[in-house]
Amino acid sequence: MTITANGKKVILTTETTISSYLEANQYRENRIVVELNEEILPKDQYSTTCLKDGDRMEIVTFMGGG
Amino acid sequence: METTHTLTKTQIRNALEERHSPETQAMLSAGSVAIAGLGGLGSNVACTLARIGVGHLHLIDFDVVDISNLNRQQYFIEHLGMKKTDAMQSLLKKINPYLDIRTDCVRVTKDNLTELFTDDSIICEAFDDPLAKAMLVNGILQLFPEKKLVSASGMAGFGSSNTILTKHPMKNFYLCGDDVSEPTYGNGLMAPRVAICAAHEANMITRLILGEEDI
Repeated sequence: MTITANGKKVILTTETTISSYLEANQYRENRIVVELNEEILPKDQYSTTCLKDGDRMEIVTFMGGG
Repeated sequence: METTHTLTKTQIRNALEERHSPETQAMLSAGSVAIAGLGGLGSNVACTLARIGVGHLHLIDFDVVDISNLNRQQYFIEHLGMKKTDAMQSLLKKINPYLDIRTDCVRVTKDNLTELFTDDSIICEAFDDPLAKAMLVNGILQLFPEKKLVSASGMAGFGSSNTILTKHPMKNFYLCGDDVSEPTYGNGLMAPRVAICAAHEANMITRLILGEEDI
């Protein structure tokens, strides 16, 4: 299946949860916000939500400093 | 010799209208913005919004002014040890004594987001800690999807000014910064680049108050 993550096409060959996608791509869960198909995904749903063909995901990572 | 000037509300309003036009100023004066964090980002955002007469400002910070803040934050030596909310309120009153300023000297947590931000239609995320940034943005976008949230990430050091951008990655969520520059040895948080990022936030907030939602 193919999803779009931060505007780029990504091909996934196995069932992938949001948590496993984030881990595989070295995101730190406590520093990000995830939008899936234009809805903010609560953190407690990362491990129970599987990516589906055609999903559009946006991930923003926060750097320290202000 | 020190001289003290007192201006009436009408004098200040007339001066702002002369610069901005009465129509624009009416919208700015009716504007209401919460600023979460009064450090390098938030102190600059607060001062610039106060200067253009944004009428209702809600200042939130739990901390006191420290000597290490003076390299980039809008405080003075006389403010050391003061609550940032009190120090910033006193500064903003010197710019415009007729602004409606609410202060909350508290640490923002998941548990007080609802009560803190219920009354604010535009929220500026201006924290330093990346975990606090992520907590606030996740919380606000879930609890208040109709509110506008302007945030910042990546402004440390003295890299090019021109890599700092305003983006619109998600509905009602705007993100300013270069996305990558965290403070490191020799590339800490410095007044010029933090102020550029803060000005991106402040200008996006100004655009939202004036009805412009595009970046």
